[in-house]
Amino acid sequence: MIHLDNISRHFQVGDQVVKALDNIQLTINAGEYISIMGPSGSGKSTLLNIIGLLDEPTSGDYIFENRNITQFSESELADFRRDNIGFVFQFFHLVPRLSTAENIELPMVLAGIAPEVRAKKVYEILESLDLQDRAHHRPNQLSGGQRQRVAIARATVLKPRIILADEPTGNLDRHSGSDVIEVLESFLQQKITLITVTHDPDIGSRAKRKIKMVDGCIVSDE
Amino acid sequence: MRISDILKYTFRALISHKLRTALILLAMSIGVASVTILTALGSGAKIYIIDQFASLGTHLLIVLPGRVETSGFAASLVIGKTPRDLTLQDAKSLLQSPAIKRIAPISLGVANVSWKQLEREVPIIGSTHNLLAIRHWEMLQGQFLPEMDIDTSSPVCVIGHKVRDEIFGHHQARGEWLRLGEYRCRVIGTLKSEGHSVGVNTEDLVIVPVASALGMFNSPSLFRIMVEAKSRELMDQAGEDILEIIKKRHHNNLDVTVITQDAVLGTFDKILTAITLAVAGIAAISLAVAGLLIMNVMLISVSQRTREIGLLKALGAPQKSIRLLFLYEAIMLAITGGILGIMIGYAAAWFIEQIYPVLEVSPPLWAIYLALLTALCTGLFFGTLPARKAARLDPVVALTHH
Repeated sequence: MIHLDNISRHFQVGDQVVKALDNIQLTINAGEYISIMGPSGSGKSTLLNIIGLLDEPTSGDYIFENRNITQFSESELADFRRDNIGFVFQFFHLVPRLSTAENIELPMVLAGIAPEVRAKKVYEILESLDLQDRAHHRPNQLSGGQRQRVAIARATVLKPRIILADEPTGNLDRHSGSDVIEVLESFLQQKITLITVTHDPDIGSRAKRKIKMVDGCIVSDE
Repeated sequence: MRISDILKYTFRALISHKLRTALILLAMSIGVASVTILTALGSGAKIYIIDQFASLGTHLLIVLPGRVETSGFAASLVIGKTPRDLTLQDAKSLLQSPAIKRIAPISLGVANVSWKQLEREVPIIGSTHNLLAIRHWEMLQGQFLPEMDIDTSSPVCVIGHKVRDEIFGHHQARGEWLRLGEYRCRVIGTLKSEGHSVGVNTEDLVIVPVASALGMFNSPSLFRIMVEAKSRELMDQAGEDILEIIKKRHHNNLDVTVITQDAVLGTFDKILTAITLAVAGIAAISLAVAGLLIMNVMLISVSQRTREIGLLKALGAPQKSIRLLFLYEAIMLAITGGILGIMIGYAAAWFIEQIYPVLEVSPPLWAIYLALLTALCTGLFFGTLPARKAARLDPVVALTHH
């Protein structure tokens, strides 16, 4: 589904060039469960951002189902992101002034979907994640685990093909962390590709395919 | 994104910072309110003055001694210098013109008016029977000057309301002999008060026959002649006739000025419009200041909501949507402030009207539109930069912003 061909991402820090990603070759198939592990600064998050089209590679090609995404315009990239990719972040990134339901609704609002359709989908997803009684709570009235589940609901409400989770349990205790991982893994049944970046070997080892990175290079992929 | 969603989203963003939003609305509404109030006052003053002149009657021409080359307000009105006297004979000769219906020569002076032990300095107007009709004055009691030849003096007078109260108190004024300087005349009527009517205080004056007045002041010179044309269409004809007749009488010297109500009104209109615009322009500066405040607050908002902007981008919002969100926020602030300002302006105008009922203080419609349009443009102009800044944020940097 995705093929990264010779992808590099360089940052200019002062007069030094930092190679966050150095000639990455990676193929990802639909429905795969991948974990990306490695020490801090190894380029895990950068790789995730590149796959999620939030960041642009300095060089190399990003091929998505035979289309070269690298040549997309800004608004094409935004549309592509909206339709295909769901992000789950370490710090949840819920909008504090919006309720649970409104946060989940946000991607559909941005996509210009009619309010009636939105309400129905929000209801369905709240039900499936067991969050109905939290629909009108603000993020600061929710526990960490609940917040992350709301974030997952938001990431998946538009039925993306890939879920990108950057340290999804990094801010949670062990119990709610494994709860969140289970929720994320439940989407694998729907043939959704799940890619998690994590420090936690227990969580990383759950994935079928484990990628290890050091200094911007993939050192193992099994 | 749907417009309704954009509006809802920006509204939610605005009410999540109540104090900040309220302060910006206050700044914006003060700007708009000051434009509204000041233009309302300007147009109120204009309406007041136009009404005053309209009370003169629409067919009126005023002949002044002395020639000014420009139209409108004559310098001689202020300075009062006359190259050649305008006499009663001049006034009388104007009746030759078929366009002229009637005339009222006017002489003006001040005399000590006394009755028994009471004495008071009062403006004296010398005129004729016609003055009452030409100025649209009314009598409170008794009669106005009797109809007679303008050359004839007669020991009668008409007094203003205040003169009657001050001099005669509770006594019956009519029929009493009033002393005007060295002259004596009998009071035949009291003028009904019209307040200040175009520079004449109708309460504090004594009116005598013009020939008596000229004798009293020992001068042949008239202050001016009021001429009423037969119709509005004949105004120009009457004006030309007056100049021709006087020129002939004054040895071919054109040394009088004829002003019409229209000319005076036109001048006042120009002056007052200029003042109103100038004042509104000054008030508009406060609008510009409010605009800068909006820009400032929007920039703060963009920096506070950097993570949110990053999130919106991650959720698939293109730059255009983010630009729109922030632009609408600025416009919403500006327009709401504008509407509030107009409401404050109307309330203040109503309040001023209660205090000064003679002034019709209502903001002109153009000022309302202009204020709203300016508010809108302010929002657009000062919202663009912050909105662009928000739209161009790098999503990765924005998401990790603290």
